[in-house]
Amino acid sequence: MPSVKIPKKSTFVDRTPFVDVAFLILTFFIMATKFKPADPVEVKTPNSVSTKDITETDHLQVTFDKDGRVFFHIKPQKDASIKLNVIKNLNTTRNLGLTDAEMKNFVMTEAVGVPYSGLKQLLSLPVENQGNLRQPGVPIDSTGGELYYWIRDAVSAFSGHTLKYYLKGDNNAKYPTFKNVLNAFKRNDILKFNMITMLEDVPAGTELSAIRSRDKASGSTPK
Amino acid sequence: MASIEEGGGESHKKGPGVKKAKKLSTRVDMTPMVDLGFLLITFFIFTTTMSSPTTMDLFMPKDTDKDEEQNKAKESGALTLLLGKNDVIYYYEGQLKEDASNFLTSSFGKIRQVIIDKKKAVIESHVHDEGCKKIQEKARVGDPKAGIRPDPNWQKACLDRDLVVVIKPDDEATYKNTIDILDEMAINDVKRYAMVDLFAVEKELIKKTEGGN
Repeated sequence: MPSVKIPKKSTFVDRTPFVDVAFLILTFFIMATKFKPADPVEVKTPNSVSTKDITETDHLQVTFDKDGRVFFHIKPQKDASIKLNVIKNLNTTRNLGLTDAEMKNFVMTEAVGVPYSGLKQLLSLPVENQGNLRQPGVPIDSTGGELYYWIRDAVSAFSGHTLKYYLKGDNNAKYPTFKNVLNAFKRNDILKFNMITMLEDVPAGTELSAIRSRDKASGSTPK
Repeated sequence: MASIEEGGGESHKKGPGVKKAKKLSTRVDMTPMVDLGFLLITFFIFTTTMSSPTTMDLFMPKDTDKDEEQNKAKESGALTLLLGKNDVIYYYEGQLKEDASNFLTSSFGKIRQVIIDKKKAVIESHVHDEGCKKIQEKARVGDPKAGIRPDPNWQKACLDRDLVVVIKPDDEATYKNTIDILDEMAINDVKRYAMVDLFAVEKELIKKTEGGN
């Protein structure tokens, strides 16, 4: 019997497509990753069933942490001069004695967590180093404290723009802090807020889950 | 050909004795590059947080002293939730009794059942009258301008109109508690709820209950 010779096949596999795909994925992640700006405070937000996404509009944000420190963010989306106007007005009305460079620095500053008297010290630091300064928080009391004036000034600077108000609180923040922040807004006749939360699932068998599935079936977007 | 040919142009035969240059392989070892690629992929996968934050709406009423502008709550449909320290919830239905016999203690795990039961009780005792018909009509038509779609369940729209949940967070309650309870309103589809301050009597009661445990 003549033995059948099995031809030896090469074990070499062409990995080029594999590598191509890998780099495609890599490119996607590099492009899609947006490093969030470093917050001056570590805040762990609570969860909620709300599915509303944060829209990229002009907004004011108040962050409060578990120690009751309050931080104020002014976030214009396009027109950075608004932020500059806020600090310019503040500089003259409060006699803060800020230099032009310090006021420009304010535009880059993510959040303010100091009383008016400490603003010069904060803004004299470059933005990257502001995280090292322990900020005591914007002074606040049951009538709003300095936060009330911050909101008032910012709102008037934004006049003509649609403005949203975001609240971001830590899980362990105490209720009085939250109430005082609300009061500061209320005194400015602002009664509509968005609270930043993390998405969590709707518990099964509840009314909301019934409503959501009904909305889904009818093809309309959930509210 | 993937290899780079040198000395292009005319090819002429080399004479004897002329050594042929050794052809080097043009295959490049890509293993380190691929390794690095996957390392980066792993890094970006881990650092990318897919869960983006969402927002929750909160509408506060304007503080008003005028009596006629204040929303009246029917006693039978009122449920008051008091948020205390250490994630404890105290609650009572209707008015707080003099002897505080309807002042009960609950927790975040159990409060949902309390709300559901209350809602059921309100729906059962509901009276169909003119005001109710108006609410139904409103729900049936919707309000396209304000982005409110017609409600397919409009017949049920007014059943729970007497249900009012009053949320009273204590000074010791955390922000998480407050959000959780507001969330509970959304989960159980409670349409009317309010966040107000505690009465002195309630503060005392909470203190007493906490001290007793």
